[in-house]
Amino acid sequence: MKKIAGMLLVVLALAGVLWADSALSITGAGATFPYPMYSKWFDEYHKKNTGLLINYQSIGSGGGIKQVTEGTVDFGATDGPMNDDQLKAFQDKHGFAILHFPTVLGADVPTYNITGVDANLNFTPEALAGIFLGKITKWNDPAIASVNKDVKLPAEDIVVVHRAESSGTSYIWTDYLSKVSEEWKGKVGKGAAVNWPVGLGGKGNEGVTGTIKNTPNSIGYVELIYAEANKIPYGNVKNAAGIFVKASLAAVSAAAAGAAKEMPDDFRVSITNAPGKASYPISSFTWLLIPEKFSDATKRDAIKGFLKWALADGQSYAENLSYAKLPKEVVAKEVKAINKIQ
Amino acid sequence: MATTTSTVPSAGPVAGSRSFLSRLREGDEIARIITSLFAASVVLITLLLVFELWQGSVLPRHKFGFNFFRTSVWDPIFDQFGALPFIYGTVVTAAVSLLIAVPLGIGAAIFLAELAPARVSDALEFFIDLLAAVPSVIYGLLGVFIVIPLMRQYIQPALKHSFGFLPLFQGPAYGVGFLTAGIVLAIMVIPYIISVSREVLLSVPRDQREAALSLGATRWESTWKVVVPFARTGIFGSIFLALARALGETMAVTMVIGNTPVISTSLFSPGYSIAAVIANEFTEATGDLYTQSLIELGLVLFLLTFILNGVARLLIVATSQRGSGLG
Repeated sequence: MKKIAGMLLVVLALAGVLWADSALSITGAGATFPYPMYSKWFDEYHKKNTGLLINYQSIGSGGGIKQVTEGTVDFGATDGPMNDDQLKAFQDKHGFAILHFPTVLGADVPTYNITGVDANLNFTPEALAGIFLGKITKWNDPAIASVNKDVKLPAEDIVVVHRAESSGTSYIWTDYLSKVSEEWKGKVGKGAAVNWPVGLGGKGNEGVTGTIKNTPNSIGYVELIYAEANKIPYGNVKNAAGIFVKASLAAVSAAAAGAAKEMPDDFRVSITNAPGKASYPISSFTWLLIPEKFSDATKRDAIKGFLKWALADGQSYAENLSYAKLPKEVVAKEVKAINKIQ
Repeated sequence: MATTTSTVPSAGPVAGSRSFLSRLREGDEIARIITSLFAASVVLITLLLVFELWQGSVLPRHKFGFNFFRTSVWDPIFDQFGALPFIYGTVVTAAVSLLIAVPLGIGAAIFLAELAPARVSDALEFFIDLLAAVPSVIYGLLGVFIVIPLMRQYIQPALKHSFGFLPLFQGPAYGVGFLTAGIVLAIMVIPYIISVSREVLLSVPRDQREAALSLGATRWESTWKVVVPFARTGIFGSIFLALARALGETMAVTMVIGNTPVISTSLFSPGYSIAAVIANEFTEATGDLYTQSLIELGLVLFLLTFILNGVARLLIVATSQRGSGLG
């Protein structure tokens, strides 16, 4: 009996310590793509502000938008900005708006496996759209061969691989194809999951790379961070200025800087096919979704404090994790926008 | 399973002869009430499930009606949802898997129960139970790393070479597809069939075998003509279990089926199954019509399982012979 009582005391004491520690806990949910970045940020920020715990669940962009609209989490996160209907749904439910805050940048890269080809291939927007529409079916098609003159491409059928599940990666890819191809825009459109005209679906980045590795003469797309981490070779893509660019953090930041000049006040901007000679064209911001009003003032101040830190000191963690930093102009604009949170 | 009912004497008449109060005092009635509540919860959960799926799919049911089952476009951007390719993929992969797993599984069960020495049988049973407990994602990985390359490099070209005149084995060999999914599913359900069938065969009374042998039957004749028919219901039970698992399997299927909503007569073609598309798209589905269409797919899967089970049961009733001890 004494033993049990003693154990109970210990448990109670532990609970008390934990309780005291989690003075303020903020929950968020959403995009999986920036999850490694966010979990690093929340961890580092917690070390500096031990009174604040931010709990983030990477359930996917769509889930993040849904949950923050429902009000079950304090903030959301998404790889594709909310559309006007979704903004309206939030406004109608809560009576105030939701704000987008770009945090870091990522990119999609085309990766391929062609028998007998080791070279770094060049892709034009027309070629990528044609391949994914199922109109360009052979690797030696002039649309591909004409920009890869020194590579001997086989007369083999192209096997297209795309993401099976809904994902921000697919959103960026289809957003890009919609911009560079009218036919893609009309037939398929942009979204986390679309009705793919051709191809096999692989589950996750690893499913896509696995299928490509297993299937000769295939092409697909993965996140830059994933390709870098797993040393997967990828091709160059022709940007809006007509230059073939290999994806890199610098090229992604350049795309953001190119778009920064015309950054709208709500930060909902697509930077695929961005202007600028150094810009990598299949790049995108990823956003935090923060409600404009908080009923709890301590929560509000904690989130504002975190945002300011993430935009300043937090940016220095990005490149180690293969995310591109925000351009200075965008940071300056966002710092001003933080004041909108009340 | 069913065999126990023939050996345990029924408690009904004895219990009925005492008054309700005395049974209550002795705890019989309490046990009856509590256990019947537990039994009722199964029905309740089923009804609740159907109700929720029905309620959750109002929009697509009104918008598409019966066309949901007939059309094959699945387009979240333009809000067009048709379930046919998913239904097709689910049925085809389950059928392929049973075609492979049933003969193999029952054959193995007969060997283990009737022909193998008891020690070998028990040792193998341990491995079979182990296989049945392996998580499906492991089978999916097995499919990705071993089955798919084998299929693409050897099996599909060989099938194409020998049976290419059949529409079943035409088209490019991607490695992924209906056939691969069916094979991986077969590997997953075989342990269920073996394990349950073996138990059922072992529980066939000894005098059945002895009677057959004493009439001059060979060992195989007594097994195949007496023991197996005697245990038929239990063996069918194991097939139902396998069918249910094959229809509902998600992770392993999505890793090897190709995830393309296509209807093709070729087993080489990539396809999609209901469970796989729900798992892939539900978390990120935006918009009510999209989400509810996925829920309606869940309802379709539920009905499909229900119908296939019903058809299978009818088949048993139609084929079962008089005199089969458990039929």
